[in-house]
Amino acid sequence: MSEELQSGIVKKFLYINRRAPHGTNYAQEGLEVALIGAAFDQDVAMAYLDDGVFQLKAGQDTKAIGTKNFSATYRALGDYDVKRVYVERESLERRGLSEDDLMPLVYEDEDDDWEEKPLIHVVSAREMQQIISESDVLLNF
Amino acid sequence: MLHVVNKSPFEKNCLESCARLSQAGSCILLIEDGVYGALADGEACEVVQTCLEDRQVCVLGEDLQARGIEPDRIVSGVEVVDYAGFVKLAVEHPKVQSWL
Amino acid sequence: MKFAVLVNEGPYTHQASDSAFHFTKAAIEQGHRVIRVFFYHDGVNNGTRLTTPPQDDRHIANRWGELAQEHDLDLVVCVAAAQRRGVVDEDEQKRNSKDANNIADGFRISGLGQLIEAGIQADRLVTFGD
Repeated sequence: MSEELQSGIVKKFLYINRRAPHGTNYAQEGLEVALIGAAFDQDVAMAYLDDGVFQLKAGQDTKAIGTKNFSATYRALGDYDVKRVYVERESLERRGLSEDDLMPLVYEDEDDDWEEKPLIHVVSAREMQQIISESDVLLNF
Repeated sequence: MLHVVNKSPFEKNCLESCARLSQAGSCILLIEDGVYGALADGEACEVVQTCLEDRQVCVLGEDLQARGIEPDRIVSGVEVVDYAGFVKLAVEHPKVQSWL
Repeated sequence: MKFAVLVNEGPYTHQASDSAFHFTKAAIEQGHRVIRVFFYHDGVNNGTRLTTPPQDDRHIANRWGELAQEHDLDLVVCVAAAQRRGVVDEDEQKRNSKDANNIADGFRISGLGQLIEAGIQADRLVTFGD
């Protein structure tokens, strides 16, 4: 790694996911970036809005369309040091979904005796505005 | 923050999402097919006008010209910039969000 | 100021690569440094030397390559996305026992970590895609 990385710059990375998961592969390749990014010790959060909320729908099974079922990978986000996954409430509601439709994602909190905690935070548009504006690096997939 | 929108609002919801999730004081730059959102007589003009109340809205002149849209056809208050202006906006604002 | 540019679409279908090119050029002309242009998703298709556009059209791959040569630009094609789409350099050709390679001059193939690194090091990351 270069000198600058060794100097320990920590930026807030926000991965903004606005696309549905199977019609295009942006979701799958976007997820790959987030997992690789975990190795860089940055502050990483995920945001799901617009059709991106469909990425987190529980019960996805791609067997019959013959594509890779990467939805299981979302469950690994917590293991990759992603501690915050934000889902915009308005995007869910407009699509007739609620938090109960989403796959349950958790992480183990090392500061709290490795207790399993929910990773998903459903937030308002106003809160999402704030989350976006407080991030340093925005990656859109 | 600089928000970049490159989709026609008549096809995709990027402009609408950008309007919903950008804060007062930010700048919205319309490029590529996003420039169609600035048409004064188009249905997206209301979104652009609402944004203009507390945000700067710019449109990339090169993309307007390519699409045959004369500057007098765009919503009043929207500023036309060129690529050099795009770079300047990216320098002025501490981060860039592309609403792909 | 240090810029990094991310290109997420291939040439000739979407305007993304053209916009990214004009932005990169304008940034350099204003005295800024573009520390890396990273090609991801179908964007990796910008880096094949086998494209042959009609003579009256722009040559997108060559244009990037020439800009890279003039200004010492680092054009990086994502290896995972490139493998899926058949963009291959000499190393990848050997590693995966392929009968050819097609990487264009001025481009190199490397990992996704190069994108994260660019995001950390650059003052601004600007994304072009669809």
